[in-house]
Amino acid sequence: MSTRDLILGRIRRAVDGPDTEVPRDYLREHGARTPEQSADLLAAHLTEYRATVHRADEDDLPPLLARLLARRGSATVLVPPDLPPHWLADADVTVVHDLAASTPLELDGVDSVVTGCALAVAETGTLVLDAGPEQGRRRITLIPDHHVCVVRIPDRLVDSIPQALDRLDPTRPLTWISGPSATSDIELDRVEGVHGPRTLEVVLLGGSAQ
Amino acid sequence: MTAIPLGMPAFPTAARDGVHDEVLRANLRHATHTIRDKRARAVAELADWDRLREAGKAVKDHTLRHLDRYLLELEESVTAAGGTVHWAADADEANRIVTALVLATGEREVVKVKSMATQEIGLNEALEAAGIAAYETDLAELIVQLGHDRPSHILVPAIHRNRAEIRDIFRTEMASWGRPAPDGLGDDPRELAEAARLHLREKFLRAKVAVSGANFMVAETGTMVVLESEGNGRMCLTLPDTLISVVGIEKVVPTFRDLEIFLQTLPRSSTAERMNPYTTMWTGTTDGDGPTAFHLVLLDNGRTDTLADAVGRQALRCIRCSACLNVCPVYERAGGHAYGSVYPGPIGAILSPQLRGTASEIDASLPYASTLCGACYEVCPVAIDIPEVLVHLRERVAQGGPVTREGIRVRIRPARGHTAERAAMRAARLLLDRPGALRAGERLLSRAHRLRPRRLPGPGRAWTDSRELPRPPAESFRDWWTRERGDRGEEHR
Repeated sequence: MSTRDLILGRIRRAVDGPDTEVPRDYLREHGARTPEQSADLLAAHLTEYRATVHRADEDDLPPLLARLLARRGSATVLVPPDLPPHWLADADVTVVHDLAASTPLELDGVDSVVTGCALAVAETGTLVLDAGPEQGRRRITLIPDHHVCVVRIPDRLVDSIPQALDRLDPTRPLTWISGPSATSDIELDRVEGVHGPRTLEVVLLGGSAQ
Repeated sequence: MTAIPLGMPAFPTAARDGVHDEVLRANLRHATHTIRDKRARAVAELADWDRLREAGKAVKDHTLRHLDRYLLELEESVTAAGGTVHWAADADEANRIVTALVLATGEREVVKVKSMATQEIGLNEALEAAGIAAYETDLAELIVQLGHDRPSHILVPAIHRNRAEIRDIFRTEMASWGRPAPDGLGDDPRELAEAARLHLREKFLRAKVAVSGANFMVAETGTMVVLESEGNGRMCLTLPDTLISVVGIEKVVPTFRDLEIFLQTLPRSSTAERMNPYTTMWTGTTDGDGPTAFHLVLLDNGRTDTLADAVGRQALRCIRCSACLNVCPVYERAGGHAYGSVYPGPIGAILSPQLRGTASEIDASLPYASTLCGACYEVCPVAIDIPEVLVHLRERVAQGGPVTREGIRVRIRPARGHTAERAAMRAARLLLDRPGALRAGERLLSRAHRLRPRRLPGPGRAWTDSRELPRPPAESFRDWWTRERGDRGEEHR
């Protein structure tokens, strides 16, 4: 008998009793918010995780990104293949593309990465990347130490986890990011930055731009 | 079956070291109290917490009831998405499968994401025996591995170490595994995390094979889910060419939608955050993004035996959040090592004796490693009634009875050491059935109360090893009642 049949046989002999209905009476979102309030909540939660949050509309975005990269002293910036070119039009940087042949070691030398995201979750302060438009492969938002993520408000913003799962495609690789890399393994003191980007900057694009 | 550390004594003996180690107790107290208070705040934010808890419990119970169906569905989805599924009945088989998969890649090094399942089966040791070096990449696991130590907490395996101890481990041990610790390394957590970053980065960037576990597997889609904080998980799950995940069969959930429950309850119960910094979800392989080969090893190793126990099977709902450890007064004082298993604390006390059976001294003692205060049940996000299972397992240890071992129904005998206890209980029944004899006995005890020994002799000694012997009153309650309210007391006779 194969191990598979052995295990399945053990399970069939083991289980008995009535089935359980799953109650779905939990909330789809916690509280009612206007899109502006949702954006504020996302910003507050990201800030609490020690990410830096900025606001911009389409016209402000290129100068803002240029300022963020200059302040960081970034000379090279990794971008997904389909990042709108005008986003980095004002930035004085060398743009690096994530080619199939580039090794993780090569990407390790890049200063910053700029991407969009599939969606953001206000209640938990989470960005979700699904390797879709403006996002690129999973590794590009992992290796550089500085990640700038642009969230289109309001169309990429949801309030809650249940709403987020409704909109995501499970067959795509999904990366959920809630603040920069962090550890609490030493005396439960939170330290930002271990292996992933130690600095996360989030730009809320559109909505109540300043 | 699962490895027990060599010569592991019963819990009361193993716990004595922890209880008497003041540094350990201070480290544990600080850590558990910090996280416990934070968790309460994170949970209070969700008005529907109780409903989420009920839903999580129900999803797990429903899945366990139809586990065969969901595992088959999972196998089909993972295969359709480009992965390969393997089945392992026990630790040895799982280790053989993983070892063969690694050897087939031609590599002799693997990077690992923290995983309880691979610790449970002793995978690192098995790989080492085959000439393969396995590098733990979670900071706490790295501390444990470099310190030649054992994990003592589900979430924070190095919770028993303070910053000075960690600095010393890094200074003396890092060089033998790769990049040495920076010169003059201090004990600031920030500095220590940076040292770990530098040490591990060279391993991540060249790794070809990674081994992980998973927090959840979705039957409907074949999606695997790993929650983490540091980014070491993302490194291992996306950079190497080959990814091998060893996952207990109880980790399956039916639908992608079911994740909406656990993604809300797990981080808040575990690290007391609204959400952990990183969650990775992958479904088989994706062209041009991430590993080109994905292997899923489905692990039984005592889980189907646990499933066969109608009371004990609820332990399989566990999502390894570790909230029960952080509220447990026994864990807080004894520390995780005393439980003699990768699963310490209240959940370990019910999971280990079921996964491994109660034949060893340590496993027979674990159901007693509790005050039954119930705090663990209160915090459990999938409502595992840990006290209920503890009492159930105590009965099994003391009285024996039918259990399932490796799929076969057997009847076990009472564990050694419980014969005396049962004799004492029989004697007590004899006495309680005879009020006259009881009264005489009480008077005798009262008169002798000044002669109270600190420890009982003979079989009673184990009891007084960890407890103060109560002082008998100078007068029995019956005598006091008769003296104080004598007439009225007599009326009711």
